[in-house]
Amino acid sequence: MSASSSVEDPPGQAEAGNAIAAALLEAAVAPVRGVLRYVGVHAIMLGQALLGVVRKPFRLRLYLEQAQFIGVGSLPIICLVGFFSGAVSAQQAIAALRIFNQERFVGATVGLSLAQELAPVFCALMITARAGSGMATELGSMRITEQIDALTTFAVDPIQYLVTPRIVASILMMPIMTMVFNIVGLCGAYLYSIYLEHIDLGQFIEQFTYWTDPKDYIIGATKAAVFGLTLSVAACYEGFNVRGGAKEVGLATTQAVVAGSVSVLVSDYFLIDMFHILWPTKS
Amino acid sequence: MTPTPVPPDPTPAERPPAAPSGTENLARRDERWQIRVRNLHKTFGPQHVLRGIDLDIERGRTNIIIGGSGQGKSVLMKHLMGLLKPDEGEIWVDGEDVVPFDERQMGKLRRKFGMVFQYAALFDSMNVVENIAFPLIERYKLSRDEIMERVRELLQRLDLANVAGIEQKFPPELSGGQRKRVGLARALIDRPEILLYDEPTTGLDPVATKNVDDMIRRTADDFGVTSVVISHDMASTFRIGDRIAMLAGGKIIVSGTAAEVLASRRPELREFIETSGLVPREEKA
Repeated sequence: MSASSSVEDPPGQAEAGNAIAAALLEAAVAPVRGVLRYVGVHAIMLGQALLGVVRKPFRLRLYLEQAQFIGVGSLPIICLVGFFSGAVSAQQAIAALRIFNQERFVGATVGLSLAQELAPVFCALMITARAGSGMATELGSMRITEQIDALTTFAVDPIQYLVTPRIVASILMMPIMTMVFNIVGLCGAYLYSIYLEHIDLGQFIEQFTYWTDPKDYIIGATKAAVFGLTLSVAACYEGFNVRGGAKEVGLATTQAVVAGSVSVLVSDYFLIDMFHILWPTKS
Repeated sequence: MTPTPVPPDPTPAERPPAAPSGTENLARRDERWQIRVRNLHKTFGPQHVLRGIDLDIERGRTNIIIGGSGQGKSVLMKHLMGLLKPDEGEIWVDGEDVVPFDERQMGKLRRKFGMVFQYAALFDSMNVVENIAFPLIERYKLSRDEIMERVRELLQRLDLANVAGIEQKFPPELSGGQRKRVGLARALIDRPEILLYDEPTTGLDPVATKNVDDMIRRTADDFGVTSVVISHDMASTFRIGDRIAMLAGGKIIVSGTAAEVLASRRPELREFIETSGLVPREEKA
């Protein structure tokens, strides 16, 4: 005689349980899959774009046009934001340092924070808003008006023609823009500290030169190059893959700015962590 | 008692264009047919857009593909040029099945083709000369003088040379008809064998439509190219078409000369022709 259970599950109860378990598993896995997919599609586009750098033909004119748009075109806004960021940083630093009667450290405080954090991050956010949105809108408009298809009909690789110059120009121009931000920001801090707060000029400069090193600027420039890569890949991906009409181009532009800004801030955290391990701060 | 209606014999236009692939030799250059499509299927998500297209495109003639909106005409055209890959089926161009082609082979094949897009797809960042010269600049190392000579010759032949300052104008400064002609000049500059037109008269007034029709006809005659025109403008179709095919329900339901197509009794085609006002609507018994 078999030893089977005398009480059997009502029909369908096991299937319902399985279905609920599958739904719960799916709900748990879906976000992870979404993140992996997001990273994957961007990585594929980046790979194709980088391949375009080494493949012929090399169209120097396109690189220069993008460098002009991303770099030179962004100079006014970078200078404006840089000047006031430096001045505001000095204002806050002096207010805090005054508690300990140590206002002389304002040059060092502003110099360090600009070099490693404020300049690359603010610069990246400004360029995301100005150039990133421009890239997404331009590529999106080209997609919906079939200009990208037209490139393909002439046997031109649209990734190599449109995306590669934008990514390369962003990587190259971001460190330069960051250095400009640093210089203008220091000017703002200097003018505020010396002329409005009457901090001693000698102490401002002495503390600044003692506490800041070339490595602080190297860290800032390296971060800026990485931000240039992440913001341009996000913008190009969103613009290049638009489907639909004007509304979708608008959504892609919004998405490009959001994705670009988030990618900058998230990568900033990991980069600064990495640099602190590799290159400890002077004590 | 009502007799069961007997379906009429298919007219020449309603017969399938050819025997199924496998029983005919498509792998040789055919003097009459330049492009031969067999059993082409394409699905986008849940939508089965092309459901076994069989179509022959005649060399040196103006071939029109008509059909309602959303029937897959543009999808079919993009397959002809390799912008889309089919899920199943064959596309033979001059005796070569191009479906298995990789991107490099496709790049070579595309030199045979020129495409005129629905709204011209001119590059906004370039002026008229740069737009027209684009294929030459990308493909060859020609001197500026050689390029300008060919651009100006085309501007002349397409009646654009007399437009003041046309060479330096940017696409937004051009009228709809001028944009189409600049788009055609760009497609023609590398002397393609096959010209594809995607709804060339959409959005144009009747006079501009007739001008574009004349331009297509003249281009076919002057340059001896094979033209494939996607259209749902019946007046244009019968004005310029040597061969006409109708796409409906993802299949070519009618294909033949203009006279053969007009003689067809297929209800989808009759509806299309009669609604356009080309022929009087038949009274139903």
